[in-house]
Amino acid sequence: MTKRHIIPIVYIIFLLLPIYWLIAMSFKTTGEILSGFSLFPQTWTFDNYRTIFTDPTWYGGYINSIIYVSINSVISVAVALPAAYAFSRYRFLGDKQLFFWLLTNRMAPAAVFALPFFQLYSAVGLFDTHLAVALAHCLFNIPLAVWILEGFMGGVPKELDETAYVDGYSFPRFFVTIFLPTVKAGVGVTAFFCFMFSWVELLLAKTLTAIAAKPIAATMTKTASSAGYELGLLAAAGTLTIIPGAIVIYFVRNYIARGFALGRV
Amino acid sequence: MTLELHDVSKQVASVTHIKPTTLSLKAGHFNVLLGETGAGKTSLIKMMAGLDPIASGQISINGTDVTKLSPQQRNVSLVHQFFVNYPHMTVFENIASPLKVAGMAKSEIADRVHDAAKILQLVPMLDRRPHELSGGQQQRTALARAIAKESSAVFLDEPLANLDYKLREELREQLPELFAGRGAVVVYATSEPEEALLLSGHTALMNDGRVTQFGPTAEIYRNPANLDSARVFSDPPINTATVTKTGKTVRIGEGVKWTLSGEPAGLADGDYIVGVRPIHVHPAGKAGKTRVALPGTVQVTELSGSDSSAHFRFGDESWVSLASGVHSFDIGEVHTFYLDTSNCFYFTQDGVLAAKGAG
Repeated sequence: MTKRHIIPIVYIIFLLLPIYWLIAMSFKTTGEILSGFSLFPQTWTFDNYRTIFTDPTWYGGYINSIIYVSINSVISVAVALPAAYAFSRYRFLGDKQLFFWLLTNRMAPAAVFALPFFQLYSAVGLFDTHLAVALAHCLFNIPLAVWILEGFMGGVPKELDETAYVDGYSFPRFFVTIFLPTVKAGVGVTAFFCFMFSWVELLLAKTLTAIAAKPIAATMTKTASSAGYELGLLAAAGTLTIIPGAIVIYFVRNYIARGFALGRV
Repeated sequence: MTLELHDVSKQVASVTHIKPTTLSLKAGHFNVLLGETGAGKTSLIKMMAGLDPIASGQISINGTDVTKLSPQQRNVSLVHQFFVNYPHMTVFENIASPLKVAGMAKSEIADRVHDAAKILQLVPMLDRRPHELSGGQQQRTALARAIAKESSAVFLDEPLANLDYKLREELREQLPELFAGRGAVVVYATSEPEEALLLSGHTALMNDGRVTQFGPTAEIYRNPANLDSARVFSDPPINTATVTKTGKTVRIGEGVKWTLSGEPAGLADGDYIVGVRPIHVHPAGKAGKTRVALPGTVQVTELSGSDSSAHFRFGDESWVSLASGVHSFDIGEVHTFYLDTSNCFYFTQDGVLAAKGAG
């Protein structure tokens, strides 16, 4: 091992340490966690995971989260596709201002919207439904999706559209059979970002749900039981929340950087 | 087959992009749109293809008014300067796509695709995707798609501009035979005068959104109707200078003059603009009946292939001389060039051809 390897290795250890600690904790008993410092679980236990997979209040949280995150990703991408196409292909009055205004939606803290959403959804009977959270997250995700998709679509020459029209493709047929496959990497990355933001967002998800659609992150904040904090259980739940993101990121790993650059090269 | 434009114009936000244009384009030979970048070639093509709306006028194909028809309904094909193919489809699917959209039977699609692929030497690549092909093959795929469709008009918008030199030559040679006997009206846009001459057929010269002249290519090369046409159809650009005619003598600047005979001799006395193509300004030779010595200060010299060109100043004007063979000049030297007065065009001050030829 040469000198130039040392810094990256130290850096990676630094990054992975909290994740390692979380995983190690999830296999310890709460007693061991509280008793002192140990690098490895002294007594391995799968009880924490067993509890999560058998107790409906636990695994239900995961199911709820996955449901509203999926609904949100589908809505966001479906709505953003035509919008991004319009922004990338047409010039109209105020297009640039409107486009920028979309992004400003992301600049407000979620807390600002928690109260109006709560009141509105309670009034129309959406409170404590998966759709409520999915729609609330659209406020942040649709602008982001439009920006990312517009970046990818901007990279497709307008001549492709023209060639297809001349070849006889109607607009809907062109959009579905030619344009979408051409920007499929962009659609994947967009869906990933929507998934990620919706998955980690806690405040709105917690405010807009009570029991029926309670997300996993909210479940995790309510585990101070009569026996004190169940740290091992929390660690196991935390470990499991990393997995969906890791799976999704695998599929778009080659395009993530472009996604962070909002699709622009 | 014919494609006719009648007083067709285009406006974008009250700015006229294409001035009212009337053209009758026929099948059987290439119809070249020749003009610089921004002259309106692509605009005109997009209007003919139905991609851009027209402000006024009428477009008809084979006598049928298609002005209000969408590009999908016009039965035309388009090949862009950039190699535009459907990236997720194989070459076969690319060529087949317009036929599939039209709802043609599978067996007939396969026949037509193979015919087109054979002509364009794409048979071994039919299963590949466009990004696995070279630029030349990608453009041939686009051409094959246009041919297989057997549309009534084919628009080629500078299809060779993005290819390297060798491929361009190769494909340009193939182009006329590719479309021969297909009965489609072929419209070919280019910015290179040489390309128009090589493809022959008819040429429409375009300048600033206007067709300045239209006719058989060789004829309009020999007889530019106006200064704009002469400028468009010359590469390097045509030399122009103001001359004064008195009697049978023409004077250009200080001390250079020649005697007119034939057609130009009959012009009324006064100021004219003389136009001389660079190939008629010789870097060597000797003065004679139709050769006038022109002392110029050499500014820039270029060698391209076996041709050499020299930019020089004479009077207030910048001149270009183009000759085959390698000639060497020293920058800044005063070199005697020889103007071929038998190949001069005389334009009125408004830029209309007044007389040409014999010095």
